[in-house]
Order: sequence, then structure tokens, then C-alpha cells
Amino acid sequence: MAASARRKQLQATVLYPLDWLEERSGLVGAVRYFLFRKVPGDTNWFHTLGSATLTAFLVQAITGVILAMYYKPDPNSAYESIQHISNDVWGGWLVRGMHRWGASVFIILMFFHMARVFLFGAYKYPRELNWIIGVLLLTLGMLEGFTGYLLPWDETAYWATVVGININGTAPFLGPWLSSILNGGASIGADTLSRFYSLHMLVLPGAIFGLIGLHLYLVIRLGVTSPPWSKEAAGADWLPEPEEPKPPRTGLVQPVPRGK
Amino acid sequence: MESQQGDRPELPRPTLWPVGFAVGVVCALVGFVVSWPAVAVGGAIMVVFGALWTRDVAGARRRAASAAAVPPTETAPPIPAHRGGAAMAPPAPGERFPRSKFLEGATLGIGAIIGGAVTVPAVGFMIVPPFLKQGKKEVDVGPISDYPEGEFVITTFLLDPKEGEVSRRTAYIRNNGFLRNLPSFTVISNRCAHLGCPVQPGGLIQDSKAKTEHTAHGEEVTLIPVLGVSSFTCPCHGGAYDPEGNHTAGPPVRGLDRYEFSIRRGRLYLGKTFSVKRVVGTGADAKIHRYNLRAPGEHVGDWESWLYPLYPPH
Repeated sequence: MAASARRKQLQATVLYPLDWLEERSGLVGAVRYFLFRKVPGDTNWFHTLGSATLTAFLVQAITGVILAMYYKPDPNSAYESIQHISNDVWGGWLVRGMHRWGASVFIILMFFHMARVFLFGAYKYPRELNWIIGVLLLTLGMLEGFTGYLLPWDETAYWATVVGININGTAPFLGPWLSSILNGGASIGADTLSRFYSLHMLVLPGAIFGLIGLHLYLVIRLGVTSPPWSKEAAGADWLPEPEEPKPPRTGLVQPVPRGK
Repeated sequence: MESQQGDRPELPRPTLWPVGFAVGVVCALVGFVVSWPAVAVGGAIMVVFGALWTRDVAGARRRAASAAAVPPTETAPPIPAHRGGAAMAPPAPGERFPRSKFLEGATLGIGAIIGGAVTVPAVGFMIVPPFLKQGKKEVDVGPISDYPEGEFVITTFLLDPKEGEVSRRTAYIRNNGFLRNLPSFTVISNRCAHLGCPVQPGGLIQDSKAKTEHTAHGEEVTLIPVLGVSSFTCPCHGGAYDPEGNHTAGPPVRGLDRYEFSIRRGRLYLGKTFSVKRVVGTGADAKIHRYNLRAPGEHVGDWESWLYPLYPPH
């Protein structure tokens, strides 16, 4: 029993910082609530695509922050600073490569995640709002791609952006105004680069972080959907039963409520 | 309400003396900048009001001490401070809270005003400047003797020297000789009317005869003659134009844009850019269907141009 008492004492010592934090913030409980919530028993690998997308975005955010320490958003030095990152700075080729290829990974994973949600019917009641937030995130992700493409400031980047902005300009009514705002003037110039840089690293990531927060909040609140072939009830336990039983839907296996 | 008296520390009654003291401080601080007598006046005000304030506080302390000697008749259980709203006494029946409603509205209203005062100028700073850069200056592209009659010259120049290399533009300039004793030039912008890529001239580009001229301010203008231009084509999506800039094939919706030009002291100057639907005839006799400058991809002179009723000023 002496060993057990010592063990208990050791455990208390190790856990003391966590207890300290928990008592003052409730953060440990919050993380526990987030990580150890109930999910249907037959979730599968397809359910990891959302987390994979989040991971890809975090990779973009971290590598982007570090690239910003070396990149210079000025027409006279942008191209040279990218060459400097790729060829001279230690590890620059790797971090830039991660950001560059990770951008495609992020977009591709967003589409895979969206396909999973669509094919599993996970966009249906009560998760419609999360689908809408997801569409906004997809749009912002594509805008990240568009604004980031200009930053290397080489011929491909420049002319692709000219074409992209002019495509925006052909939208009826507000198109010409939109393209002027994107250009920062009548046509592409020095302000365009810094404008895109600011959008790419401040405005859009901020909006994406905020929407990811909402997205996750709704995932936690509403629970994870079970796959369409599941015999388990989908969603969080506490969701109210519909007042009147709805007529059976065709084309879907009817989930049997838990405990029946 | 009475039952909670025991929890609360006895506070001095509100007085106006601190206000007077603050006035004295302000007077003294202003005096440091303006004049020494003002400092003295401020100091005097501070001393007087400070003394009155101290006397008040000391009196309140004494009263509180004598009141504490008598124990409160009834002791309510302490209400934990961290309970927030719970620490407030429940309202008596029929009691209303016009003040809390007012404070709620004031917080939201003042918050909205402050938020607007910060956001409107900041967002305006982002959106308005792109529409204000007007009044482009003329660009000097060298002496007209550099432009051989009947052949195109690839001319690259800085549209706005202050902005630097990023404002470098290209025009295809052809000397058409004279029309009724007036010199005539065709100045075609290389910006494709589809989506703005640079169109290339179909002809023999004589790189060996390239020339560099300098404007009055020292900016470089490069001139490369091209022999026998039969077309202009765009590398991006295959738009094609004839030597007058008329659209002949591919996705563009109109002809190539042109520059206005003028000649002073034997030198050619490029002015405003304008859009062209089509050109009838060639060279000096050409009849140009001219419109205000439009961005690439936008129609001019047909019903589809109605899609852009309000055009941004530039």
C-alpha cells in the first residue's frame, strides 16, 4: 500500500499544473469535452477528411507566417525575395515547397470533405447551416489561392492575375467596380501586389479562422453523422425528437434510435 | 435590500471636491506650458480643494467607525462575488428598471457609433483610392523620325514613371504618312480585348534595329521595328486581330484599344486610351468607331454594353 500511496502522491504532483489550470479556467474540461465526445460507433476513415482539411489549413497558416518573415511585397523585390527564399535561406526551399504544394492539398481536401458530407447526406437537418459555412470556407479558400498566386510576381503570376481580375471585371453591373478595387486602380500596378498580399495573409485567413471556429462549434453541438448504411441514430443525444413522426424517406436506410 | 447592508463597505458620500481638485491639476499642467503664474494658481486650487476633499473623507471615516460599533440587526448569508448577476438583489414586485434598459441601449448605441467611426474611414481607405487616380499625363515616345512610314514599331514606355517598371506598357505604332498635310499615326494598345494579355505582332521583328530613346525626364523608351505586320494574336486564348486592330478570330468581344496622340517639336506623345468597336478602311483613311475606354472582355456599341450602366471614373 505504501507504493500505492507514493504513486498517488506522484500522480497528484504531476497533475497539479493541470488542476491549477482547470480550477482557474475550466480549459481542461473544455478540451476533454471537445476530444472525448460521443460519436456513432460506425464512423470510418471518411470522417477524418474534415480534420485533414483543418490540418492542411494550419500547415498553410504556419508556413505562411514564416514565409512572411522573408518575403517582400514590393514589385521591385518580390521576385528576388522569392528566389532568395528558395535558393539562399536555410530550409527556405522546404517551407516554400510546403506552402506551395500544401495549397493544392488544402483545396483538394476541401473538395473531398465536401464530397463526403454530400454523399453521406450530412448536410441535412439540422446541419444545413454548417454546409453553408462550409461553402463560405470553400470560397475563401479559393480566394486564398487566387491572391496567393500573384505573390511570386513572375510572368505566370502576373498574367494569370491580369486575366483573373479582368474575368471579375466582366461581371454585369458591379464587375468594373470590383476589378478596380482588386487592382487598386484602373489597371494592375504596384498597389495590386501589396493589396493581394494583405488580403492573402491578413483578411482571408482571419475570416477563415473565424468561420472554422463556427464550423467546429456546430460539429460539436450537433454531433457527427453516422454513415447512411448505419443502424445507429445520428447526431447528439439531446436533440429533440420531432413532434410528429415524419413519413419514411425513400432512398435512405432509416436510422433506428439508440436504445430501442 | 436592507438585509445586505452588512456586506457592503461604508463608502463616503459623493462630493464635488475631486472635480475642483482635477480643475486645479489641469490648470497647473497648462501652466507648465503657458506661464508660471498659472501653475501657482493651479497649485492654490489644488491645495484648497484637496483640503476640502480630505476633510470630507476623514469625516465619513469617523461616522463609519461609530456606525460599525452598533452590530447590524440581521445578517444575510454572504453572496459569492463570482456569481455575477446573482449578487444583485431580486427586484421587488412591480419594480421596473428603466436605468438598466437605458444603459443597455447606450452601450449598444455608443458601441455602434464608435465601431462605425472606426470602420467607415478604414473601409473607405480600401475602396475609394482605386477610383481617384485620374488625369494621366502624356507619354513621350521619341522623335517621329524614329517611325518609318507604313511599318509598325513596338514601343514600350512607362505610363507612370513614379510607379516604376510595373507601369511599363507596350503600343504598336505605325506612321501613316500625311493626311491633308497633317501627320497620321496608328497607335494600337497591346492589351487584348478578351482578358488583357499582351497581343503579339505577326511580322518580322527586327531586334537588331532596336533603339532606345529617352524622354525629357530620362525614362527609357524602347523602339523595335517590325516588318510586314499581317495580324496581332494573343498567346493566352488565341484572340486574333488584323493590322488595324479589328477582331478577326477567337474570343475577344471588340477591336484593340488605341491611344490618342499628339506631336510637339517633332516628338510623338501618347495621350488617353480609348476603346474601339471596329475600324473601317486602313491607315490614314481609317474610320474609327470610338468609345470610352472599357476593361477587356466588355462589349462596346451593342446591347451587351448595357450590362455596365454605371462605370467607375478613372
